[in-house]
Amino acid sequence: MGAQVSDIVTETGNGTEAPATTRMNMIQAINSAMDVVMARDPDVIVMGEDVGYFGGVFRATAGLQSKYGKTRVFDTPITEIGIIGVAIGMGAYGLRPVPEIQFADYIYPALDQLVSEAARLRYRSAGEFTAPITVRSPYGGGIFGGQTHSQSPEGIFTHVSGIKTVIPATPYDAKGLLIAAIEDNDPVLFLEPKRIYNGPFNGHWDKPAENWSKHPGGEVPTGHYTVPLGQAKVVRAGEALTVLCYGTMVHVCERAVAEAGVDAEIVDLRTLIPLDIDAIEASVKKTGRCMIVHEATRTGGFGAELSALVQERCFYHLEAPIERVTGFDTPYPHSLEWAYFPGPVRIAQALKKIMKD
Amino acid sequence: MASEHPRANLPPLTLHVPEPRFRPGDAADFVAVEVPPAGAAPRPDSAAEPRGMSELAYSLVRVLDDDNRAVGPWDPRLSPDALRRLLADMVRLRAFDERMFRAQRQGKTSFYMKATGEEAVAVAAAHALDRDDMCFPSYRQQGLLIARGYPLVDMMNQIYSNTADKLGGKQLPIMYSAKDFGFFSISGNLTTQYPQAVGWAMASAAKGDTRIAAVWCGEGSTAEGDFHSACTFASVYRAPVVMNIVNNQWAISSFSGFAGAEATTFAARAIGYGIAGLRVDGNDALAVYAATQWAAERARTNCGPTLIEHFTYRAEGHSTSDDPTQYRSAGEPTAWPLGDPIARLKAHLIQIGEWDEDRHAAQDKAIAEDVRAAQKAAEKNGILGHGLHQPLDSLFDGVFEEMPWHLREQRQMMLDEEAASGRPWARK
Repeated sequence: MGAQVSDIVTETGNGTEAPATTRMNMIQAINSAMDVVMARDPDVIVMGEDVGYFGGVFRATAGLQSKYGKTRVFDTPITEIGIIGVAIGMGAYGLRPVPEIQFADYIYPALDQLVSEAARLRYRSAGEFTAPITVRSPYGGGIFGGQTHSQSPEGIFTHVSGIKTVIPATPYDAKGLLIAAIEDNDPVLFLEPKRIYNGPFNGHWDKPAENWSKHPGGEVPTGHYTVPLGQAKVVRAGEALTVLCYGTMVHVCERAVAEAGVDAEIVDLRTLIPLDIDAIEASVKKTGRCMIVHEATRTGGFGAELSALVQERCFYHLEAPIERVTGFDTPYPHSLEWAYFPGPVRIAQALKKIMKD
Repeated sequence: MASEHPRANLPPLTLHVPEPRFRPGDAADFVAVEVPPAGAAPRPDSAAEPRGMSELAYSLVRVLDDDNRAVGPWDPRLSPDALRRLLADMVRLRAFDERMFRAQRQGKTSFYMKATGEEAVAVAAAHALDRDDMCFPSYRQQGLLIARGYPLVDMMNQIYSNTADKLGGKQLPIMYSAKDFGFFSISGNLTTQYPQAVGWAMASAAKGDTRIAAVWCGEGSTAEGDFHSACTFASVYRAPVVMNIVNNQWAISSFSGFAGAEATTFAARAIGYGIAGLRVDGNDALAVYAATQWAAERARTNCGPTLIEHFTYRAEGHSTSDDPTQYRSAGEPTAWPLGDPIARLKAHLIQIGEWDEDRHAAQDKAIAEDVRAAQKAAEKNGILGHGLHQPLDSLFDGVFEEMPWHLREQRQMMLDEEAASGRPWARK
């Protein structure tokens, strides 16, 4: 860890230096990212349903309103069209809004504002107006959220030109990527894998959950740093195959690979648009096999794009067909959540298949 | 004994589908349109609570009476010079529209939209707002740009998507963007600008600025969720914004009944949100000016938003792409009971002894000459269809601030394709 730290600023107070890093879970890291950026830039504002006084249903904005005031951190009416539309207007004024959509499943009313407005404003106005907004939204399943609190809609947005899509897998990356996203001058959709807010969930839902206290990614600088957008990270180097994944699935894949005893190279994409194609290409050309894992529905998912890219660029290096491990093309069920979730068994079967070919 | 058909004693349900009064071939009379006398509507203090002014959402603020006098409490008492400037800008807008409509018909561009009959709505608003207030227009408020002195030739360059088009040929004709003139980039998706304007106004307030925002949409698109989200936000945060609904009776071929006009006025939408609502004679430039001025003062003094319905009439087609005689009575534009905004302001200036027919004719001629000269200058920069005016690879500029690899790669694919094609139009 730490290779991506571009700028660690240690905070000082009362003449004593604060520790450069501390243990954080992903919520704390996201909260710290907003705190650090708001302290540096008075134009950063945070808005969304329940984000103000209460500090957000997942506590991601806790303490920010009391620290920065109600005109910079405020609750909004329950209208996602309004939240994103207003954020775009604030961006046009010159602010740097960080709107929260409480669950990614609720983002659809705002689709027009995101797709036709935020993502197109720079292009259609020849750069006169831009939408430097970062839309934060918890996504993904594994929390018994049922079909309206579990979806992974990233593929809808990666299909749209003009918007960046970022998904962290550790507290360290969450903070560094979120700061980079807020400081970016283009609209960014920052999807937070809520199943790993509290710990690196490895897919074994029936075993005790781990928290971030022992994971290297839970050691987070207290000050300002960025993890640049568009850079993937090799979280496990290996020779037998390449596993492309992001969000919760990074940890599920790590465990599945360990259990299968396969020397896989696991690449955490971290940013889907712009994608780190060089990292993907280098890994697949080295291993000759590629497995793609995401929680989102299968058909037309981002895995389809990854599969096409790998085929276009690495075809003559491939020794087996590309494997996709995904959620099913159904709504996310409540009681049958773990039958839907692409967990250890589904990944293990795919590993067996791809290594046999 | 229970009936085989429950509630069989009731007539069957019926579905009401609105229908306009007149269709092609019908004589239009508009006797059903209530036109209260000029000067009758009260003018509350601009700091008054919305609760006490709901009647203004159902009446009609009018200043110019049938004898072309300015009457009543809404008379903005503009100087003769200010009145003449207002008139000149409306005339300029109409002349511009005529010229560009014809240019489209001559095949010089793909698309155009006129504001004929609605000139007062945008022009008088621009005169009443401060120059640095931020406007979020729909596609028919080119009058804002003209009134703020945006060069006609730059508008035409955009319409022609030519070498001097400031938007690099990336936008449909008339979808201008002019940040330096306080004119937000126009979207083709309806009413998306409503919450954006509210957001801009909220930002201005949050920053302790003194500038306000103004926004326009048509009556048809008040049905969009964006409109209602914007009204909620504007009300909740008392945003310094003037929200305009241009009720020109027609949304392409759908009459205002499909947006709810049979049931209530559009200004009355304000009442449920607790916003000040005004219904204004949109063909009366002085009424539009006065209402905008009142709403702007309200916004600028932290008294919150105002929703203004401009009751007007779209005298021509929606755009160059439709023929209004196919869906409405050809007699409607002339039968419209609130007259023509240019003719009315001109008559008022003459009535007060500050204008005459000769001066008007001379002004018409001078403005027509200006517009013609601008067109000539613009056409020197090219017209749509006469070759490509922008470098081919500019197609990829501005998707993001910095071009990512996949766009660079696609740009190269396109350039290779052009090199291989030898197409005569592909000049770089």
